[in-house]
Order: sequence, then C-alpha cells, then structure tokens
Amino acid sequence: MKEDSEEVGYMTSVSRPVKGCAGDTGEWRVFRPVKDEEKCNNCLLCWIFCPEATISKDGQEIDYQYCKGCGICAVECPTGAITMVKEEKQ
Amino acid sequence: MVSFKDLPEEELFLAGSTACQGCPSSLALRIAFKALGSNTILIVVASCTSVLQGSYPLSAINLPLMNVAFATGGASASGVAAGVKALVKRGELAEEPTVLVWAGDGGTYDIGIQSLSGAAERETDFIYVCYNNEMYSNTGTQRSGATPLGAWTTTTPGGKVQHRKDIAQIMIAHRIPYVATASLAYPLDFYQKMQKAKGIRGTKYIEMLAPCPPGWKFPSAQMIEVSRLAVQSGMWLLYENEDGETRFTGGTKRIIEGKVKKKPVKDYLEMQGRFRQVLASPEGQEAEDLLEEQVSDSIRRLHGWVPEYI
Amino acid sequence: MRVLETGNHLIALAAEASRVEVVPAYPITPQTQIIEKVAELIDEGRMNAEYIPVESEHSACAALVSASLTGARAFSATSAHGLAYMHEMLHYAAGIRVPVVMANVNRALGPGWNIWCDHQDSISQRDTGWIQVYVAGHQEAVDTLIQGFRITEDHSVLLPLMVNLDAFVLSHTYMDAEVPSREDVDRYLPPYKPLWKLDPRLPVTHGSVVYPADFSETRESMQLGHKNAREVIREAAREFEDVFGRRHGDLVEGYLLDDAEYLVMAMGSLSAESRVAIDRLRESGVKAGLLRVRFFRPFPTEELRTLCRDRASIMVIDRDVSYGMEGALFSEVKAALYGHADVPVRNLIVGIGGRDVTYELIADMAQKAWNGEIGDVTWGDSHTTESHRVTREMLCEFDRLFESEKEVR
Repeated sequence: MKEDSEEVGYMTSVSRPVKGCAGDTGEWRVFRPVKDEEKCNNCLLCWIFCPEATISKDGQEIDYQYCKGCGICAVECPTGAITMVKEEKQ
Repeated sequence: MVSFKDLPEEELFLAGSTACQGCPSSLALRIAFKALGSNTILIVVASCTSVLQGSYPLSAINLPLMNVAFATGGASASGVAAGVKALVKRGELAEEPTVLVWAGDGGTYDIGIQSLSGAAERETDFIYVCYNNEMYSNTGTQRSGATPLGAWTTTTPGGKVQHRKDIAQIMIAHRIPYVATASLAYPLDFYQKMQKAKGIRGTKYIEMLAPCPPGWKFPSAQMIEVSRLAVQSGMWLLYENEDGETRFTGGTKRIIEGKVKKKPVKDYLEMQGRFRQVLASPEGQEAEDLLEEQVSDSIRRLHGWVPEYI
Repeated sequence: MRVLETGNHLIALAAEASRVEVVPAYPITPQTQIIEKVAELIDEGRMNAEYIPVESEHSACAALVSASLTGARAFSATSAHGLAYMHEMLHYAAGIRVPVVMANVNRALGPGWNIWCDHQDSISQRDTGWIQVYVAGHQEAVDTLIQGFRITEDHSVLLPLMVNLDAFVLSHTYMDAEVPSREDVDRYLPPYKPLWKLDPRLPVTHGSVVYPADFSETRESMQLGHKNAREVIREAAREFEDVFGRRHGDLVEGYLLDDAEYLVMAMGSLSAESRVAIDRLRESGVKAGLLRVRFFRPFPTEELRTLCRDRASIMVIDRDVSYGMEGALFSEVKAALYGHADVPVRNLIVGIGGRDVTYELIADMAQKAWNGEIGDVTWGDSHTTESHRVTREMLCEFDRLFESEKEVR
C-alpha cells in the first residue's frame, strides 16, 4: 500500500486563490485616495468601480494594503469626497 | 430595477492581483463574478487575464479556473460543458455550474473565431465574454481585427487604415439565444446582462469594451470616463439581442430615443493618445468623418434607420 | 464478446467498454470509422458518452483536455494532418497533466496528398510529452486501448497516451477479436479519480503563469511521470493477463529472442510482417529474432540494453524519417545502446506513404544489413522510374518561358 504522503511525480501549474497574490500592491501607489467622510453619500459608486476590489461595500473603506492608486474612485465620486494625494516617499 | 445595493458583497476576484492600475478586465471580472456567483467554472483564453490573475503558486481568482491556449475558448467550453454533463449523469455534481469563457479581442475576433463559431453552432451551454481592448494589449499593443480605423498600435504606427469587424453581429448570425454588448461605465447594465445570460440555455455572447489605459494612452483614473464617452459618442453601442430581436440599452438607448444628444466622435478620440497622431495629420478630418459615418452605419444596421436628431 | 470487425470499429468498441464519457472528434481519413462508430453507439444508447462534433482537430484536443480536467474520462481519435494540427494542444494536454487516451491511425503527411500508412505523423509528435504505443494487431488494439486508461490515469503517471495503429493495414481490415464487456473491464480498470480538477467546491487555477523559478520543475515532473510509467506499463500488462488471459508484451515484445544472434526491430504492423520474415530465415538456418518496440515513449531503454547484449547484428526498421538524420527509431535504439552493447545497428527505411512491404523484402534486407552489405541507412524499397527523374533542364522551363515572353514584348 502506498503512503498518502508519497510524492506522485506530479507537479504542475496549479495555483491556489489568495488575497495579495502579487504581494502588497499598495506599494505601487503614487497617489493615494483619501476619503472625506463628511462629503460621502454612500452611493457605492467607488465600491462598484474599483478594479481591484479594495473598497468595501459596507462603509466604503479603502484597503491601502492593496489599493494601486488608479484614481478611478476619485474621478467617479459624484460628491468629490475622494481626493488623490501624492504619497510621501518612505 | 436592480440597484448597486443588490449586488453581492462577496468578492471572487481577490485584491492584490498583478493587473495594471485601472485595468478594465479586472473590473469586468469582478462584476461578472457578482452576477454569476461561485458555482461557475472559468476558462481564461490567453490574454492579459492570463497574467493579471497572478502567477504560480498563487491566484487572484477564487473560482475553478482553467487557462487555455489562444485559439481554444469555444472548444474548451464545449469540453467542460460535456464533462459537467457526464459528472451530473454520474451523480457527482448536484447542480450544473455556469461555464464562463473570458477572452480578449485577439482571442475572439482573430485567432479564436473558428473555435467560438464552432461552439455556438454546437449550441454549447456557456457564456462567452469578450473583453475588447481593441488591440493585443498583452503582447504590447499590436493591431487586432477589433482595432478601430485611425488608431495607433505598434503594428499600425501610422494609424490603422481599415475599420474593425463587427463580431457581435457575426454571433447574432449564428442565431444563438443571447448576444449583448456592455460598457464598464454602465455596470448595472452589464450585471443584468450577465444575470440574464446565466438564466438562458445555449451559447451566450457578451462583449465588453475594455479601454486599456497604457494601450490607449490615457491616465488610469479616466478608464470609466473613456468607457462612458465611447457610448456617448456612439463609438460603442449598447444593446442586447434576444432570439433575433435587438434592443438598445443604457446610454445608447437614451441617444436613440433622443433623450440625450450624441456627442461627437472627436471628443472620444481626443481623450486618447492612440488617435493623437492621426488627428494631427492631414488625413485627421477624413478619419474623423469616416468614424462618424461608421457610427451612423452601425446604428442603421441595428435600428433600420438613423434618427435625424443623431 | 467475439466480433469480426475493422481495427477502427474495435477501437470504438474498446472505448465504449472503458466507459469513456466524452469524445470530442473531427473526421479524417483513415480514422473516420472510429468516430462514426462512436456516434452510432451513442445514438443507439449503447454508449453513455457525450460526443462533441468539434470544428477542427485543434479544438478536438482542446475539448479533450478541458473535459478531462472537469473530471470525465475522455477519448479522441485522429490521424496525420489532424494530429499535426493538434500539435500545440498535444503539448497542452501533457503539460496540464490530463490522463486522456487518443487513437492515432498512422498516415503519411502531405503534400502530396497521401492517405496511406507511415509513422511520420506520430513520430513528429515525439517530444510533446505523450506516451506513445504502437500496436501490431487487432486484438492488441482493443487490449491496449483499455490498458491505456489504466496507465495514464495512474497518479504516478498522469500523462496523455496515444495508441497508434497503422492506416488500412489495421484500421480497415476485418479480424475477429474479443471485446470485453463493460463489467469485465470494471474488474481491471477502476473509475477515474483525478488529483486536481475543475470543481467549484475546491477552486484552484490550472495553467497559471509559471516563472523560471518553478517552470523547470513542472517539466522535470513530466519526465518523472514517464519514468514511473515504465513500471506502470509492465504492471498494467501483467494484470491484464491475469484478468483477461491475453498478453502482447509490455514496453517491448520479443519473438524467438532467446538464441537469436540477429535481430530485427520494428514498430506497428511491420513487426507482424517481420515475424514471417524471421520464420523464413529460421527455416534457412539463420538464428534470427524479432524485438518489437511497443512503447516509443517512454522509450524501453532498459529492455533494449538487456535484450540487445551479445547479439551479432541488428536491423531497425523505420516507417518514418527524421529528415537530415535517419529513421527516428534507429536513432533512439543507438542512443539507448551506446556504451551498453557493442553491436552493429543498421537502418531500413521502408513502407513510406503506404508502400507495400513484404516479408521477402524484410528477410532479404535483414540479411544484407546483418552482413554489412548495405549502408547504415537504406531506403529499402526505393526504385526510380522515368517520372521520378527531374533534370535541371526541366526546372529551367520557367526561365525559358519568361525569356521568350520578353522577346515577344
């Protein structure tokens, strides 16, 4: 009987789903979206238009660990609640 | 009427992918996954999406996914659909998953058209989404059959001299039950079209205009704006075709009904670096006129006539 | 069930007995009867499978791969240009490690159009990662197809398998053969259990981008799969014999080998013809034997080293040629024996494009080869007729045409 842990001579390009498969993509950011809670009307447009799924539906919080700073949310926000601010050099 | 609030919160496209900033394909995937849910098998045809999902041993896509060769979108779907049927027969799968193919315009208009046509003729039960960025973006922006007249690509350095082909109409000619076009600027329209497609048996074809910031040469922040202007200028027409009947939707519907004025194609062209060269050339006006003519011609073909207010 | 059938129909019946679930296929002469029979069996409700009428062989192989990755047992059949058209997907099937079985009816590649037998089609796919087996008879075609699933689905192998049978000689001739029932096959071939598959309950990504840091290991693993396959092939043959009482060799099959001083080596139906040649040579007192190569990949390196030791001379028959070199089997045999057996090996290239090969020719050429009377590589049945002669003068006809047209202008 072969052991379950025995290697079967099979290694192929199978990948597992995980958040941050490209690492902390927030490091790519040149401009940072900053939200003014006062102006936000919870319209959900920023959530729907984020190509990276980094804005939560609930409360529209931005996940800076992964936000790449594309700036779509700032352009599409109807109340001007999001502004793009230059990242400070570390 | 569906509103943003109705869209599920769950993300099957996982943040932190290898997609470029402002990538239209990653956004389209997000919305498509929300419409289809997790009982979906995804087939990705060689394209940017093969790359933006991450690399071995990690993946940004929380669905069973098979990356396939460039020319095999339709055939791979036929294989999966048949495999799924066998598993259902065997009692191994309780519910048939939705089979979704995700391909670029190169994999659809050019190298993959035979396989797609075959699958449609075989009445394979699947949804085919073409995210059309009008060029071979993955290999560094070369001309494709979807590149519009006048557009710069690395293989049309002087601007393309031919019009693009109309593959949605080619798919309608296959008499499949559902064909639709979509735009990222109209996410609910896209979401509803995906949901509708999920509920129909047979081959469904949905084509999404996917403005590629680095390829089309505009800032990533304007990706939705460019998508919107494509519709507002008539360069991208939103419609769906169910059992042979065409119905305009979203921004295009408002233009056809005369509720909003169609914007000049020029406004759309000027937003993008890829048309800068042709617009500045002596043939610039001619190219613009030809594209305007093409818009009218497309409306005429779909609608029967062009309303005079357009 | 004992039947009188064509090789092609027997392949279809064996696929049915193996409980194949998905068959994507595209017609090509001389494979057509296989898929016609499959379609007929499905239509009559005798085969519980999905037939996918694909629009090309490239698509046939794509659907074969994706159906298998879904978890279904998948089978296809093709030939010659169809196999060549699949080339990209053959690599894909092996690289993504799907255990599929495909029958290839060996036929010449054009141009000019030639639908008859040679091995150029499958030999050209040598390096795609597929397991390749060449059968010599009808019963062996049936039994090898069933064994094929057993071999490829073994978790230490998981590499696609190609069963090669010679066009017309095997594909279209009728022979009686035993086709086991599904229930009998069940005693030998367990249901397919994938290691990975496309399943929403366990979402994984297949065929991701793999960087240089990992890619080499995926390919080394394919090589390991082939290495493991050798023992699995032997085991599959042994157990098949236990269950069905039939054996056709494993990686190789020998005939009158024990005391043989002179060997013929061949693949496919020419080895059946060679048997007759060996019998005739034995009758005239020559200690001749036949070593038939069944599996071309994985190559029976160990077997050859053992079985070719202490022989006087060997002739390798190729029904193919690696242009610019020699017969492909010939090259492989020499490579396997290098440093292990000091024996002269010569090459006979015959039967190209369906040219008839008689046992008389094989016996005659074998004696010449063993005696060193012919060169290392010989096109054994070549003959030049007047129509084969192309002279420089003929090739210049166009030049003269242009010259005369110029004068007229």
